[in-house]
Amino acid sequence: MAIEILMPALSPTMEEGTLAKWLVAEGDKVSSGDILAEIETDKATMEFEAVDEGVIGKLLIAEGTANVAVNSAIAVLLDEGESLSDAASPAQTAAPAASAAAQTPAAPTSASAQAPVAVQVVEHDVPAGTSFKSLTVREAIREAMSEEMRSDETVYLMGEEVAEYQGAYKISQGMLDEFGSKRVIDTPITEHGFAGIAVGAAFGGLKPVVEFMTFNFAMQAMDHIINSAAKTLYMSGGQMGAPMVFRGPNGAAARVGAQHSQDYAAWYAHIPGLKVVMPYSADDAKGLLKSAIRDPNPVIFLENEILYGQSFQVPDLPDYTVPLGKARIWREGNDITLVSFGIGMKYALEAADQLAEMGVSAEVIDLRCLRPLDTATVVNSVKKTNRCVTIEEGFPVCSIGSHISSVLMQEAFDYLDAPVITCTGKDVPMPYAANLEKLALVTTDEVMTAAKSVLYR
Amino acid sequence: MAAKKTSKTNVSKDDLLHYYREMLLIRRFEEKAGQLYGMGLIGGFCHLYIGQEAVVVGLEAAAEEGDKRVTSYRDHGHMLACGMEANGVMAELTGRSGGYSKGKGGSMHMFSKEKHFYGGHGIVGAQVPIGAGLAFADKYLGNGRVTFAYFGDGAANQGQVYETFNMAALWDLPVVFVIENNQYAMGTSQQRSTSSAEIYERGRAFGIPGEAIDGMDVLAVKAAGETAVAHCRSGKGPYILEIKTYRYRGHSMSDPAKYRTREEVQKIREEKDAIEHVRDLLLTSKHCSEEDLKAIDKDIKAVVNESAEFAKQSPEPALDELWTDIYAQAEA
Repeated sequence: MAIEILMPALSPTMEEGTLAKWLVAEGDKVSSGDILAEIETDKATMEFEAVDEGVIGKLLIAEGTANVAVNSAIAVLLDEGESLSDAASPAQTAAPAASAAAQTPAAPTSASAQAPVAVQVVEHDVPAGTSFKSLTVREAIREAMSEEMRSDETVYLMGEEVAEYQGAYKISQGMLDEFGSKRVIDTPITEHGFAGIAVGAAFGGLKPVVEFMTFNFAMQAMDHIINSAAKTLYMSGGQMGAPMVFRGPNGAAARVGAQHSQDYAAWYAHIPGLKVVMPYSADDAKGLLKSAIRDPNPVIFLENEILYGQSFQVPDLPDYTVPLGKARIWREGNDITLVSFGIGMKYALEAADQLAEMGVSAEVIDLRCLRPLDTATVVNSVKKTNRCVTIEEGFPVCSIGSHISSVLMQEAFDYLDAPVITCTGKDVPMPYAANLEKLALVTTDEVMTAAKSVLYR
Repeated sequence: MAAKKTSKTNVSKDDLLHYYREMLLIRRFEEKAGQLYGMGLIGGFCHLYIGQEAVVVGLEAAAEEGDKRVTSYRDHGHMLACGMEANGVMAELTGRSGGYSKGKGGSMHMFSKEKHFYGGHGIVGAQVPIGAGLAFADKYLGNGRVTFAYFGDGAANQGQVYETFNMAALWDLPVVFVIENNQYAMGTSQQRSTSSAEIYERGRAFGIPGEAIDGMDVLAVKAAGETAVAHCRSGKGPYILEIKTYRYRGHSMSDPAKYRTREEVQKIREEKDAIEHVRDLLLTSKHCSEEDLKAIDKDIKAVVNESAEFAKQSPEPALDELWTDIYAQAEA
C-alpha cells in the first residue's frame, strides 16, 4: 500500500513552509527515524524524519519550493516491491498555499441590499516619494532593535534564548553576531530574577530591552514590572525611573492551551507609570518599537506570534519612528467605527471589507498604543459615525473595549445612535481542542453580527 | 552572635569617632521617628533600624565614592549612613514636600541619585535582583563600581534571591549581597523559617564566597566589607556577607513583638550594643573623655531635633504633585 508523506506542521502556528532540501532520492529504501528532508519554517530549519518503512516512490515537491501547505503530499512511500503505477495516483494536493497577503475578502453577504461602497484606505504619513519595502513583523521588530542598538551603546537585549539560539521565535536572529554577547544576553529561565536585574540596570543608566519568550511567563516577573519599574519614578519624586522595554509575543498562538494563550493588554494598560504598545502591522511594529526604546519610561510592547510572519509595506527610511500614544486610522468611513489593536485588526479590517460590500462605510481605528490611549481619535470618529464596535482578543471583563465604551458614554453620549458593542475573547480559559479554541477567540463573523446590530440591520 | 568583639584596635581616633557619630545619628534619628509616629506625624508603616546601626556604618566605611546601595523598607539607617540629609529623610517620613521623594514615597520608598541610593523597596526581596542589576550596569559601563544589596534573613528565603545569586555568579557581577540577619522575619524567628543556620553558606551552591560577621561590631563589619568590596572590584564576581545583628524594636511601629521575651532584647542591649562598644573603645583608649562624648551626643541631638522641626514645618506637597512624576518626558 503506497503511503503519502505529508508536509508536517513543525510549530503551533505553522501553516506552510519551504521544502529546503531532500535527503533521500526516489528509489531509496527508508526506515522509520531516517531523515527525509529539511524543512524551513519561519522560525527554523528542521529535520523531518520518516515514520514508516518503505521505498521512496516519488518526490512530489521539488526541493527549494516555498509556501508548501501543511498536510499537502510531498512524497509517495511504496512498500518494497511495489511500483508507483501499482499505487493509486495520489491526489495532486501539493499546490503551494495561497500566501497570506493574497487573502481574498469574503463574499458579499446576501443580506446586503445596498450597492457596495469603495474602501477608503488611509495612506502612510511619510514624506512624498518615500519608497516602501515589504517586511514581516518579525523582521521589523529585529530592524527596530538593531537600529537602536547601533545608535545607542546603552541599549541591550536580554532574555531566554535570544542569543545563541537566535531567538525562540527568531526575532533576534543574527543579533548576537552583530552586537556580541555583551549586548545580546541569554538568561536562565528565571523571569522574576532577570526582570529585576533589568530594572536595576535601567536604574543604573542602561536601556534594557527584555524579551519574554511569551508574556504568559511575564506573570513570574509581574512584581518587578509593576512595583519596581512602573512606580519608581513617582516614588522617587521624579529622581529616577526605569527607561526600558519589556517585549514578546502576547495573546493566543494556536493550540497551546490556557497557560500559553492569554492577551494581557488590559492588565498592563491598567497601570500608571507603564506605557503599553500593541502593534498590528510591521511598519507600526518597527516605528513604535524604536520610539519605545527611546522613551524614558518602562514600555510594555505586546507582539503576536501569528502576526510575526505576516508581511506589510514598511517605509524605507533610515530612521522611521511612530510616536507612542497616537491611534492610526486605517480606513476612513462614515457609518460605523470599528476600534481594535493587535491581531484584532485582522478581524476589524475583514469586517470593514464585508461591510463595504453591504454598502456600509466603516472607519477602522487601530489604537496601537493602549497607554497612553488616544481616546480623542475614537471620540471624534464616533461623533461622525454615531456607532462603535470594539474588537480585541482578551477577556471581556474590564477589557480595553469596556474602557472605550465608558469613554464614549461620557464624551460622546449624545452622538451615539446605538450602544457600543465590545467583541472580545470569551470569558473562559483557552481550551486546547481545535473547535473549542476557535469558539473562544473573537471572529470576523462576530464583528459582523455586532456591526449589523449597531446599524440596526 | 559569632566572634568576640574587637577590643584592641589600630583604628584611628577619627575613624572611631566617625563610626560613633554615624551610629548615634541613626539611633537618635530612629528614636525621634518613633516619637513622631506616636504623635501621628508619621503614618503607615515605619520600620526602625535601632540595634542594627553597625551594619551600614561598617559597610559604608568600606565603600568608595560612586559605589551604589539598595535596600528594603528598613532603610532610614542606610540613607543617613550614605550621606543623605536627616532633614530630607525625616520630611519624607512626615510626607512633606521637603522629603527626598517630595512626600510621595514615604518611609519605605526613598531614593537619592546624588548619593547613589537606589531605594527603599517595599516588596521583600525585590531589591536583590535590582542590586544585581545596578552591578550589571556598572560592569557593562566598565566603571569599577560596586553595589551593596542589603536584605534580611526573611528575604533570604525568597526565590528571586537565588535566581539572582545564579545570574550574579554566572555573569561575575560586582555586587555584595549583605544579609542583615536580625534573626526575625517580622515575627518568625530564623529557626522557625529558615532551613539552614548559616544563611551565607547557601552561596556555596552558586560558587559565591561568603562569611558570617558579628554585626554588633562595626570594626569587624568594616573589615569584612573591605574584603568583599576588594573581591567584587577585582572582577571576581559577587560576595555574600551574612551580618548577624539584632533589632531592638518591633518589625514595624505596630508590632508588639510578642514573639520574643523582653529579657532577650534586654540581654543583647546590655551585652552587645554596637554603639556602647565603640564608646568603650573611645574611652578605654583614652581617645575621648566622657565630656567629649557628651558634646557629640548634644550635636547629634541638635541635628535630629532640627530634622524633626524641618519635617513638621515643611509644607505638604502641592496638590498638583498628585499628577507629576508618573511619566518622564523625553529629553529634547
